[in-house]
Amino acid sequence: MRYLYYPGCSLESSSIAYDESLRWVFKALGIDLIELEDWNCCGATVYMSVKEVVSVVISARNLALAEKMNGDIIAPCNACYTTLCKANRLLKSNKILKAKVDQALKIDNLQYNLGVNVRHPLDVFVNDIGLDVIASRQKRQLSGLKIAPYYGCQIVRPEPGFDDQENPTTMDSLFEKLGAESVYYPMKVRCCGGMLMTTYENAALKLNKEILECAVENNADCIVTTCPLCQINLEAYQNRINKKFETDIHIPVLFFTQLVGQALGGNLKELGLHRHIVPIGEKVAELMEI
Amino acid sequence: MVLNTHIEPGVLGKTESELRTTFLHQVLNIPGGEKIKRCIQCGTCSGSCPVSYSMDIQPREIVALFRAGDIESILKSRTIWICSSCYACTVRCPSGIKVTDLLYALKRMAIDSKKYSKKFPVYALSNSFASIVNRYGINHEPELILQYFLKTNPLKMLSMLPNAFKLWTKGRIKLLPRRIKERKNFSKIIAEAEIMEMIVPLE
Repeated sequence: MRYLYYPGCSLESSSIAYDESLRWVFKALGIDLIELEDWNCCGATVYMSVKEVVSVVISARNLALAEKMNGDIIAPCNACYTTLCKANRLLKSNKILKAKVDQALKIDNLQYNLGVNVRHPLDVFVNDIGLDVIASRQKRQLSGLKIAPYYGCQIVRPEPGFDDQENPTTMDSLFEKLGAESVYYPMKVRCCGGMLMTTYENAALKLNKEILECAVENNADCIVTTCPLCQINLEAYQNRINKKFETDIHIPVLFFTQLVGQALGGNLKELGLHRHIVPIGEKVAELMEI
Repeated sequence: MVLNTHIEPGVLGKTESELRTTFLHQVLNIPGGEKIKRCIQCGTCSGSCPVSYSMDIQPREIVALFRAGDIESILKSRTIWICSSCYACTVRCPSGIKVTDLLYALKRMAIDSKKYSKKFPVYALSNSFASIVNRYGINHEPELILQYFLKTNPLKMLSMLPNAFKLWTKGRIKLLPRRIKERKNFSKIIAEAEIMEMIVPLE
């Protein structure tokens, strides 16, 4: 198995731990992860608000580069994942848009013939590699660990993909296979607000408070997420939320790859677990000592 | 009116009639865009929206106003900027209306019509983001936040410092931007795409 890795901008800075743990896990599983040559920004949700054609063109450049390298893309950031998927879908269904995009890409002798699939690593873990294979490489049991599986919004929406749109269970089954328990977590696909945290902080703080509180109320030891934006909103703003709503929330927020990495025997630094602002917590730290 | 041909992200000047033609084209271009006629005003979109409490016009009302032709009220609303693109409404709409994509089209129309001051939050963020991506090919988080707060509320930056410092000590802030190799060609692709953006096919 071989995949083209599209890190996206967050995984190079604020979510570097996601990058470190993802690369480590793929190596531990013996699967090739080759970085997409000269990739550019996906445009995220922001560019779509400014220009439609340009936003699709910049996504399409990445798809064209991947086609040149003859592989499918792995996009770990939910926003990159949904944006690249959306561009792919629009290009397949809208001939006028496709013609405009072709015209722009031609400037750099690029072309895209709709031959690339965009995948999320969670999908790849569960549906390509398989739970049994991952479990066969397991070095640590995650038993006793209670997780709140937080998928975020853009991994399952807007179009149906690899999991249910209202109640996804892929991550639940992955970690149950590895010995952890996933708690009742009805907030699993609720939106964290994304960039609203910058533009309308008050609206975003309320969203994040509800997502965090639900995990705490259901006795989760940590929240496990698949998206860099969700991770930073849920982790870095806990102090602000506590101040604003007079709460006392301190719950670790991990990337799902960090927890898979733990199960596969990775250490603290290899998995970027030393990069958290909210300490990873006793339960997670205990597991690391085994 | 004079057609402004100066190319800069998000600020292409267009005449009112051109804006409306482009907009209608954009809406019909959204796969299933014609379904907007089939709205039954059930309010599932408003009920599913996690941020509707913060909106001045509910998503259901946006669709009603849009069909009634009152685009002005929508463009002046806070609603289009509060939407965080979680697509909950789109997934649940029983008539298959792509509400999020409709709001994207409305955001673009609002930006194009220059209804907003440079300090307006989402406008400032979108323009900063687009200009950074156009320059480097990749977003650079610290620069985005810096540009954004300089444009909107420089004092607020002070309150961001404690968090920024914590992230910095954990190696989670990258001070220097990375640039893609084919920057020049990337800019050329974008310039061409900007021209394509202006073309509305006659149908």
